[in-house]
Amino acid sequence: MELFTNQVLAGIATGAIYACMALAVVMIYQAIDHLNFAQGEMAMFSTFISWQLMQWGLPYWGAFIVTLAFSFAGGIAIERVLFKPLTKAPILTQVAGFIALFSIINSCAGLIWDFTIKQYPTPFGSSPFLGSQLISTHQAGMIGITLLLLVGLYFFFQYTRVGLAMRAAAALPESARLVGINTSWMIALGWGMAAAIGSIAGMLIAPVVFLEPNMMGGVLIYGFAAAVLGGLTSPFGAVLGGFLVGIFENLAGTYIPHVGNEMKLPIALALIISVLVIKPAGLFGRNIVKRV
Amino acid sequence: MSAVEEIASQAPAVEAVPKRAMTLSSGTAFVIVLLLLVVPLFVKNFIIFQMTMLLIYGLAVLALNILTGGSGQFSLGNSAFYAIGAYTSAILMEQYNVNYALTLPVAGVICFGAGFLFGQPALRLSGVYLALATFALATAMPQILKLGFFEQWTGGVQGLVVTKPDAPFGLPMSQDMWLYYFTLAITIAIYIFSVNLLRSRSGRAFMAIRDNEIAASAMGIDVATYKTLAFGVSAGITGVAGGLGAIAVQFVAPDSYTITLAISLFLGMVVGGVGWLPGSFVGSAFIIFVPNIAEGISKGLSGAVFGVLLFLVIFLVPHGSRQVAMVAQQLLGKLRKN
Amino acid sequence: MTALLNVKDLRAYYGQVQALHGLSFSLNEGSLTTLLGANGAGKTTTLRAICNMVRSTGAIEFEGKPLNNKSTESIVRFGIAHVPQGRGTFTNMTVEENLQLGAITRSDKAGIVADIERMYSYFPKLKERHTQQAGTLSGGEQQMLAVARALMLRPRLMLLDEPSFGLAPLVVRDLFGILGKINREEKVSILVVEQNAQLALELADKAYVIETGRIVMSGVAKDIANDENVRKSYLGY
Repeated sequence: MELFTNQVLAGIATGAIYACMALAVVMIYQAIDHLNFAQGEMAMFSTFISWQLMQWGLPYWGAFIVTLAFSFAGGIAIERVLFKPLTKAPILTQVAGFIALFSIINSCAGLIWDFTIKQYPTPFGSSPFLGSQLISTHQAGMIGITLLLLVGLYFFFQYTRVGLAMRAAAALPESARLVGINTSWMIALGWGMAAAIGSIAGMLIAPVVFLEPNMMGGVLIYGFAAAVLGGLTSPFGAVLGGFLVGIFENLAGTYIPHVGNEMKLPIALALIISVLVIKPAGLFGRNIVKRV
Repeated sequence: MSAVEEIASQAPAVEAVPKRAMTLSSGTAFVIVLLLLVVPLFVKNFIIFQMTMLLIYGLAVLALNILTGGSGQFSLGNSAFYAIGAYTSAILMEQYNVNYALTLPVAGVICFGAGFLFGQPALRLSGVYLALATFALATAMPQILKLGFFEQWTGGVQGLVVTKPDAPFGLPMSQDMWLYYFTLAITIAIYIFSVNLLRSRSGRAFMAIRDNEIAASAMGIDVATYKTLAFGVSAGITGVAGGLGAIAVQFVAPDSYTITLAISLFLGMVVGGVGWLPGSFVGSAFIIFVPNIAEGISKGLSGAVFGVLLFLVIFLVPHGSRQVAMVAQQLLGKLRKN
Repeated sequence: MTALLNVKDLRAYYGQVQALHGLSFSLNEGSLTTLLGANGAGKTTTLRAICNMVRSTGAIEFEGKPLNNKSTESIVRFGIAHVPQGRGTFTNMTVEENLQLGAITRSDKAGIVADIERMYSYFPKLKERHTQQAGTLSGGEQQMLAVARALMLRPRLMLLDEPSFGLAPLVVRDLFGILGKINREEKVSILVVEQNAQLALELADKAYVIETGRIVMSGVAKDIANDENVRKSYLGY
């Protein structure tokens, strides 16, 4: 039993990574009704920016704030320049756009900062948290920030005018325009927020997986899995999904034979497909009714 | 809201391509085949090898085109089927001493099965969700191949070395040239099969599903069967291409079949023009030669060049090489009149 | 009286299909005007063209200012509230959030709060259900919510697309009564599109009849209602 609780605890710790990424995934899904396959790469790029800023002598939190602002602006810029013209294009074209973006960012990061692995600092330290060997202070800090982010998003969407307008634009774009909401800018705002949240995820994940251009590949898949499990439309579901995926991964590694590190991605795959097939709306997503 | 507008406002997953516009005229086809037959006689072995790869990737892109351009389903995961095909051929040849030519139909059948099975859950997914599921499949595939459980067959991380076959009957040609003509024969056969498939009853069913799934089912088309069938056929052809690829490259390893390959194939399809079968080979040329050129300029640049070119294609020629070919044809027609 | 809305030679297209063939009409400040016609005549398209939700040519002027080439959301900010067919209710949000969305372009907090209360006095049912998800309301309540949401803009002109659609006759009477009251008390001009011609003519002071994208008849609502020929050939009662 102790093994079980320990593994659950460790699962929550890794789950925080996925939860954070899943929040960014949900954010963009809310805004544009699509999954952004370049989301992980955008987060990676932001993390590199913060690393560079720290190399130039900025303190951690200074770099953190600047990176956040940069990512927000960058997300908006990408939407305005590259994706706004594709709004009415077939889904295939948009997916192609995401993949192109993925490719460009990954390659550019490699060109600028090369592909060697870099150490990334943590503001929380990495000693055991409350004497537990299973969770480090960094992981505890990560869980804390993820939850904080979730609460922040909840208040933003529930109690601010912009949040309300964004929800309306995502739910019924035409009706939203009829009450005077500029839906096009709401989409851009969604991109910006998703990029900013993604950058937080990247900066929190980097101390765990180390900084390199391909660091987000696996994490993004898990973020997708978490978001899908949580229902793609619910930030709360995404975070819960992230923790569940983390726990699931750890338990599977402990109790199912042959499941080692290399099984991580196949597990995520199996999870995504089973959730999509069995309960496409996820745990907390609203059912999407499509008019014919 | 009127009915007209209701339809217009719904962005389709894939733009419809009429059946007629999917193939080449017989005259053009004849010239191209002639070129493909003659050119290898005059070039170096390395170029022949690249031409072989062009055909192989062309087949893989063609397979994706049948799935996406034909039935309107996405796949970012065809690299997985390519890998299964490659491994099937490699394992049969190296572990069981099966003749290379015989491994290909096996690879095709196994991949057809794999695609058909994957098509089952994929049935309930559409658009971006399907892209997601297949994306996950492509990412997971190298890991699955590395599994210790399969290691006695797959060779684990090390992969397998595959011997290149000699020309049969003592034909006086190099291994590369023989493999090229062998690949060309298979490519032409599969191409003709694909064209006929899309022109057949099944092809019409695919396209009906692509354009409007609900209307298709209302017309009595068994949507589930045809969608999984499209997946199966696509995977099967990809598998044959994978098998050929393993023989041509003489090596299989998990990390040859990553998401990058899946992205390349997808890119090849978009560049070649979704739904235009001959474009598959234009796309294939693109994904083989552009990275080489880009890497020549600066290491690690190919991804950026890929991405930028892809954006250019999306913005400037959204129908890919089909659009270019059509414009060229119109220009030629004008020149003739003058 | 000055014309609040002036439409000249309006042509609208859905892709290749032309839906309006040079439509002209005007609406006076403070009036309640109705557009009548059969299914597919182009009534809805006319309203959508005013808000630039469909490709169109021709001149549309609101208070003397041209609306062409303005985005839908900026047209709304001129003070034109559009209640679309199917009501456009944000079904996943609460009744109160729907009302707040109606006033999303306004920044006077106190005014918004006061207006929400005023809407509740017009439609007491909405007050009872203000924390409920709008999707759980009945059809009639949703229509009232849609009208209330439109009024939250403090519009000069309200465009209503088939408000009676799918509602029980009693509910329709009720709703039309309130519309008349809003027109008189709030000084909101109303352009209402209806298939229920009889009811619309009772309520309106001016009427236009559309057939296949053209105005075929216009006049004082009472006159049209009393003209048996018109009623028989165009309005079907």
